[in-house]
Amino acid sequence: MDRFALAAANRLVGNRPDAPALELTAGGVQIRFGAPMLIGLAGADLDAQLDDAPLAPWRSAIAPAGSVLRLRGRRGDWGGRAYLAVAGELAAEWAVGSAGTCLAGGFGGYQGRALRAGDRITVEPRSCTAADGMRWWPVGRRPAYCAQPRLRVLPGPQHDMLPEAWEQLLKTAFQVDQAASRQGYRLAGATLPTHQLSLPSFGVVPGAIQLPPDGQPILLLADAQTTGGYPVIAVVIGADLPLAAQLLPGDRLAFTATDLATAHAALAEQAAWLAAGPEDDESGQLLAWAGSW
Amino acid sequence: MSGRIDLMGEAALLVRWPAELAAAGAPLAAMAALQREPLPGVIDLVPAIDSLLVCFDPLAVDRDHLTARLQMLAAHPPLTALPAGRDVTIPVRYGGVDGPDLDEVATQLRLTPHEVITLHTATEQRVLMIGFAPGYPYLGWLPPELHLPRRATPRVAVPAGSVAIAAGMTGIYPTTLPGGWHLIGRTDVTLFDPAADPPALLQPGDRVRFVNAEAQRGQRRRGGKRKNAKGAEDAKRFERKDAEGG
Repeated sequence: MDRFALAAANRLVGNRPDAPALELTAGGVQIRFGAPMLIGLAGADLDAQLDDAPLAPWRSAIAPAGSVLRLRGRRGDWGGRAYLAVAGELAAEWAVGSAGTCLAGGFGGYQGRALRAGDRITVEPRSCTAADGMRWWPVGRRPAYCAQPRLRVLPGPQHDMLPEAWEQLLKTAFQVDQAASRQGYRLAGATLPTHQLSLPSFGVVPGAIQLPPDGQPILLLADAQTTGGYPVIAVVIGADLPLAAQLLPGDRLAFTATDLATAHAALAEQAAWLAAGPEDDESGQLLAWAGSW
Repeated sequence: MSGRIDLMGEAALLVRWPAELAAAGAPLAAMAALQREPLPGVIDLVPAIDSLLVCFDPLAVDRDHLTARLQMLAAHPPLTALPAGRDVTIPVRYGGVDGPDLDEVATQLRLTPHEVITLHTATEQRVLMIGFAPGYPYLGWLPPELHLPRRATPRVAVPAGSVAIAAGMTGIYPTTLPGGWHLIGRTDVTLFDPAADPPALLQPGDRVRFVNAEAQRGQRRRGGKRKNAKGAEDAKRFERKDAEGG
């Protein structure tokens, strides 16, 4: 869902940005490491602890053999998904060119399903040395995560057929409904104008805001279907999808119109951050840890 | 008469054609043209009934070049170069528990169930698009005698392999899914196998003919089933039989 945080977590441990990693939603998870590993955590602050020490996101750390990572749940006023990368190769089932889990199709990732207590994930660890160092992502090189984000949108292909809906979308505060998944969020809190438009299905993308006839918009996300028939009145720009990915049911959000040039510039900026990579942690304390195994 | 192009976010463009060009195959023709001469940065092409979604990496694509190509294809889709597609035969058990809506469909259309089957098997249908769920084909078009709207209330779970009609098209459910089309039969063909290449059995442009499995005197025909030695054997036996029978 949050592709920036996924790439950031991988870059913390020297993996390629799109290497398989774990998406940890809303917290309530414990992970035991069977061997010492260099790990990277990025995304939401879900109150992580490695054994008894707090572990801030957007940093790498050494998880000693037998250590337990606990994510208890949202700390602060935003965030829903954290990404855990380990230096090396996470064993995942590849299908259709991806190691991701297709929940709807029941394939890929880990047996085509969400992880459950007791599952064991194999890691082919890459040997790490102190030279790998401990790294972190400064706040200035992360998307502008916040509570009640204002997501930037471009007009969708049907915005001119439903001009009132497009205008109201930009003036209205919404809430993520309980009906929220990786496929999309139904948006509650306000109703846009209802309509009777019936269209032949067409290709859709993550970020598309569909308007079903009942006027309750749907924001499509990472696991969006490839085609849909509801009018698409707006599309959230790629650079703001990480912000959308961090919302949980009940969270508020709003939309603001932007233009193509801004969308491009924002995307290019994020790509440049990721290309530059994380910074070395200069405290040096963790380096001592790294040298010890 | 030309198609129009709209933004679908900063990373995709949606080309839509007027009904006549769409019915003549504009989306598939444009897709074939973009596959023959791919543009750097284009990641995915999603053909649909009257449109083609072109997805790209906005930081890698030459947007002016892409827009010019798409404007050309919107105005003049190369219809003469429509992909040939493959011929695929899909055996169907019509009616009964496999097609619980067949009788109702026949009543609505003022036909007998047998006439519905005959019309459905007599018509060669083209894969117009894959959508809804992995490997789900939209096939068209059905003869006007078989046109009817979707069911008023969709089913929560339609069994895998169900062959269904609605809105002038046939659909086949690759896995158990919710659905609002009328179920007239069922097939054993595997429509989506994530381990296969390509994973979807049917590709846009393929020509599909449905055959009545029951009419084959109980002999089971599994033409499209992959990774199934017995199925392949059955299919071979059938080809021979067809050849002998002329």
